[in-house]
Amino acid sequence: MERDPGPGGARRALGRLLEAVLASRGEANAVFDILAVLQSEDQEEIQEAVRACSRLFGALLERGELFVGQLPPEETVMAGSQGATRKYKMWMRHRYHSCCNCLGELLAHPSFQVKELALGTLMKFVQLEGAHPLEKPKWEGNYLFPRPLFKMVVEGLLSLEEDRSLLLSQFREYLEHDDIRYHTMQAASDVVARVANGHPEVPLIFCNNAFTLLSAVSLPRQESDISSFYVRRTELLDKWKVTHLKEHRRAFQLMWLGFLKHKLPLSICKKVLVIMHDSILPHLAQPSLMIDFLTRAYDIGGAISLLALNGLFILIHKHNLEYPDFYRKLYGLLDPSVFHVKYRARFFHLADLFLSSSHLPAYLVAAFAKRLSRLALTAPPEALLMVLPFICNLLRRHPACRVLVHRPGGPELDADPYDPGEEDPAKSRALESSLWELQALQRHYHPEVSKAASVINQVLSVPEVSLAPLLELTAFEVFERDLKKGPESVPLEFIPARGLLGRRDDLCAQHFTLS
Amino acid sequence: MGKARSAGARRKAPGIPVGARGGRARPNPNPFEVKINRQKFQVLGRKTRHDVGLPGVSRARAIQKRTQTLLKEYKERDKSNVFTDKRFGEYNSNISPEEKMMKRFALEQQRQHEKKSIYNLNEDEELTHYGQSLADIEKHNDIVDSDSDADEPGTLSAELTAAHFGGGGGLLHKKTSQQEGEEGEKPKSLKALIEELIAKSKQEKRERQAQREDALELTEKLDQDWKEIQTLLAHKTPKSENRDKKEKPKPDAYDMMVRELGFEMKAQPSNRMKTEEELAKEEQERLRSLEAERLRRMLGKDDENSRRPSHMSADDLSDGFILGEDDRRLLSYKDGKMNVEEEQSREASDGESEEEEGEDSGEEDPEESDDPDGHSDLESDGESEEGSGTPEKERRHAPGKRLTSDGQKAREAARTELPYTFVAPESFEELKSLLSGKSIEEQLLVVERIQKCNHPSLAVGNKAKLEKLFGFLLEYVGDLATNDPPDLRVIDKLVVQLYNLCQMFPESASDSIKFVLRDAMHEMEGMIETKGRAAFPGLDVLIYLKIAGMLFPTSDFWHPVVTPALVCMSQLLTKCPVRCLQDVVKGLFVCCVFLDYVSLSQRFIPELINFLLGILYIATPNKQNQGYTLVHPFRAFGKNSELLLVSDEEDMATWQRKSLSLHWASGLKAQTKTEANHTRLSCLAVCLALVKRCVLMYGVLPSFHDITRPLRALLTEHLADCSHPRELQELCQSILTEMENQKHHCQPLICEKSKPVPLKLFTPRLVKVLEFGRKQGSSKEEQERKRLIHKHKREFKGAVREIRKDNQFLARMQLSEIMERDAERKRKVKQLFNSLATQEGEWKALKRKKFKK
Repeated sequence: MERDPGPGGARRALGRLLEAVLASRGEANAVFDILAVLQSEDQEEIQEAVRACSRLFGALLERGELFVGQLPPEETVMAGSQGATRKYKMWMRHRYHSCCNCLGELLAHPSFQVKELALGTLMKFVQLEGAHPLEKPKWEGNYLFPRPLFKMVVEGLLSLEEDRSLLLSQFREYLEHDDIRYHTMQAASDVVARVANGHPEVPLIFCNNAFTLLSAVSLPRQESDISSFYVRRTELLDKWKVTHLKEHRRAFQLMWLGFLKHKLPLSICKKVLVIMHDSILPHLAQPSLMIDFLTRAYDIGGAISLLALNGLFILIHKHNLEYPDFYRKLYGLLDPSVFHVKYRARFFHLADLFLSSSHLPAYLVAAFAKRLSRLALTAPPEALLMVLPFICNLLRRHPACRVLVHRPGGPELDADPYDPGEEDPAKSRALESSLWELQALQRHYHPEVSKAASVINQVLSVPEVSLAPLLELTAFEVFERDLKKGPESVPLEFIPARGLLGRRDDLCAQHFTLS
Repeated sequence: MGKARSAGARRKAPGIPVGARGGRARPNPNPFEVKINRQKFQVLGRKTRHDVGLPGVSRARAIQKRTQTLLKEYKERDKSNVFTDKRFGEYNSNISPEEKMMKRFALEQQRQHEKKSIYNLNEDEELTHYGQSLADIEKHNDIVDSDSDADEPGTLSAELTAAHFGGGGGLLHKKTSQQEGEEGEKPKSLKALIEELIAKSKQEKRERQAQREDALELTEKLDQDWKEIQTLLAHKTPKSENRDKKEKPKPDAYDMMVRELGFEMKAQPSNRMKTEEELAKEEQERLRSLEAERLRRMLGKDDENSRRPSHMSADDLSDGFILGEDDRRLLSYKDGKMNVEEEQSREASDGESEEEEGEDSGEEDPEESDDPDGHSDLESDGESEEGSGTPEKERRHAPGKRLTSDGQKAREAARTELPYTFVAPESFEELKSLLSGKSIEEQLLVVERIQKCNHPSLAVGNKAKLEKLFGFLLEYVGDLATNDPPDLRVIDKLVVQLYNLCQMFPESASDSIKFVLRDAMHEMEGMIETKGRAAFPGLDVLIYLKIAGMLFPTSDFWHPVVTPALVCMSQLLTKCPVRCLQDVVKGLFVCCVFLDYVSLSQRFIPELINFLLGILYIATPNKQNQGYTLVHPFRAFGKNSELLLVSDEEDMATWQRKSLSLHWASGLKAQTKTEANHTRLSCLAVCLALVKRCVLMYGVLPSFHDITRPLRALLTEHLADCSHPRELQELCQSILTEMENQKHHCQPLICEKSKPVPLKLFTPRLVKVLEFGRKQGSSKEEQERKRLIHKHKREFKGAVREIRKDNQFLARMQLSEIMERDAERKRKVKQLFNSLATQEGEWKALKRKKFKK
């Protein structure tokens, strides 16, 4: 093959070859030249070659010039004594296969354009092959889908070495089609199972890729929504699995359970838990199967436990899950970091839900209130503004706990009877204690906090304070609010300044010098 | 009776004769036209506006107005072209005819002038008077004068002249036209007219002469009187002249005494001078009241009448400062001999400035000139071009007093270089260019002078300028702090200026500080959002926080600046992970500032405890056993979890406790390992000192032991680790004993007894009626709203009524038009019939005649 320098030349050369192959069967050997360019070094040339292949095999598939049915190995084809046309078709089908393999390898190409183009071409082949199946239907109305080809695509996407999130976001648009989604789920479960079995520790990159793909799958809510198919069908038969939402759900469940049953890195766990309640649990055929994963996550501790809480709550609330020692574990989750983590709002929202029942025993609520107020001693103001009303709400809901703030005639104690180290709320002796912490917080430097803590000085008013606006409060918002507050007069310092560190009994002056 | 009368009036009202339509109120109207609105009850204090009305008159007025406007419009409804009279002021009755004429003339001239070639340099415009060339008049001037002087009958009055020659004035035109009109009415012979005029003018002349003689006589008399009085007043008048020329005669001592005594009588009695004790007492009183105010704010008790105490700095900058006063002083600085003469020349210049002000300068003058070194005046006069602003007396006012002591000479040199007046900078860059490259003293001087030259009492816009200056200075401070190395000395001095400016303009100062704080917070927030954590900000933010604490009272329960600053510091301590020694120093500085903020109010800061705990933690080797939990910015294990740990025995031995330098906070790097270790130990020492302070401060808090439990655990760990220098160990020990000493007091909580809810009572609620006729019991806005609604309603009704009346009027006019047309037609038809009938009659008569014949 003579080659002109530059991409223009390559394109022209490839164009000529393409014309030749499509025009007469005699020139079929030119296909080798085209396939050779696919492995070129130059990415421009590769792109041209991919486009040429796309046109070539697209045309061949549409014309039906590829062999249909079980494909014998190439040597036997050449040796065999079939008709020339049949031989040609078989040979061409082999070329088609090698082209697809090449494209699959190109999915790992360093250049994103090439990857994108290869993906597009493969998906085009999937579409055409679906429309003109390369295997014979076994019976009338047999549902045929190029599964091997598609599985290759998914395998290419779920790379072990490289983060493919960009390519996956490209792939996301194909996932809108119901058949693609269905087969993706199947292929993904296969790939995940295979990779996980191959490695004792699932590689992080693969997990990331898999999570990106899996989280991109979102099932429709209703049966009737399944109507958009990537591979065009003349009619949709009711007996096809792909047309049933139930089957989709089953595949979905298989996929997620298959993914989650392996030991995943913590970051992936977190991500999964974040989307769990919203986009995984509602679509599972049997949500209660998720309990294994959730309990495992709940036992890990820290932020992950907080996140697992949400899924557990849904299972308990909607699917009648019985979870032993739930409150005890919840109590155990309360540690000082609770006020500093990112998921604070979510956690307190749920905690509020869990503790909203009026049938909880008083000792439990008292323990929670005491624990929270103890933790409040280390909390930043924005968290305090939320947790103080939270505690007050608890006391409002459970009048039996009001002794925590109002114990007339109680004996004076030497020490706080509450035991912070005790894990069991029942044994923490919280009911014998009082909320001195809130009293201390009345001396907090921030006026709003001080006011919120001073609520306990009076008899608590009946209506609960709505927590919703306080949950998401950030320090920056508190700051802005303080800045914007009233244009009242500005009181001034009356002790005149004598320099940066010039004031008497100035702490900074004691410990710092200017030079 | 009243009723009957009003009814009668009402009945009469429509039948008012057309004569009443004068439109002007008559002094005593026809009693039949008056309608009296009878008051049902007499209410004291109620103003009645519509008790008497003239319906006929007002209706007539309305109809007249409609005929003038609406009817005109109606008649011109189908006409598209309009006749407009564009003569100037033709329909303007406000302008008198003369004025009108003048204006018209001016306009005409203008128009003419505009049209003429603009290149025509020679003015050939002829000036006229009453239409006659002035040149001509000048020629005859003498004659006219002699005419008026002489008693000859040939004098011509203006009217006469006009009658004869037709002058151009508007007045004349009118008059002549009137006359012409009269003449048209009753023809007079020209001769008679002229005779009459001559007689008139003669009489006028006679009168005028008599008047003039009278005036002359009076003047003479007045002159004589004046001479008599003048002798009495003689010494008063030449004052001003004398002053200017400086050659007044020396008055003798007695006169002076007399005058002095005279003036002393007028002086206002003033308070006696206060003694030192009294002054101190007063100051103490003032401080006490300020302190009371501060306490009130600290406790957050809202006071309705939160009057702001008029804060005065001890040095009281804002008192009546007058720029001109100091003009002369600096004169004495020249040529090196100023130090000697300073005192004297100050006196001199004081005196002189008084003279300049000159309320009673006349008296002081002799003394002034007696002054032995009067030449200094001259000198100063000569030098006063040098400049107009001056430092010496100002410095006496200025708080930065200690400046005077050092670097006297350098200052002198600088002063000769620096200009004395400065324009207030309009932008930060301007200020920076003013200040950059100068020494500390010079910079201070410049800022001071900017303030003096733009004191709000001097000009209107100065307040805004100085308000801006505060913002720029603040920015400049930030700029200095970010320099490497930071110019902390300059900042140190500038703080005083900032304080003074802040005292003058609290609102704008607070706005500026808020602005920089918001900036810092915004930056941090952005970092947190992108990266999940923030880095400690530069030294500038820390300095801002420190300055904010010095300008505003930090103990207030709520303060527009201090509260955000507290939140800002809390953010610094919770969101910024400590990653190097520099961060530790910064964090400790923030802690110090934080504790300074709450030093008076003794408020509780959880973040601070957490941070100190973290610092203590990173100074110990990592261990598993924990009676404490670290929170956010610190982690139990990781890269920086042993940042402050010093393991070098030798360094520990050589360590001396000393204050940390703020330069550490701005990127100073330790030169040697030993130095770094020493700094670490210093940090630890500061941290321990702060812990101690916290322990002392929070000892009274109810859950003190719960708060300090983690600290105690860590400190015992520290103590167990005996490698620390002795001093630190002692500190640890003292803190621990301090903690132990705090007594537990766990009094069970008890709610305050709430007041019992009062029973519902059924006594009527009494509302004070403050003003009759106004709806009670609503807020001011509500009342205002109601008033507007009411007004709108009334206006709307009025408008509708007017429209209705317009329509009625039009309909009436149309009807009358139709009627007129019909009548005309009828008349014409009748006429035709008549003529036909006569024709017919004639014809028949003719026929009968024929038949008869």
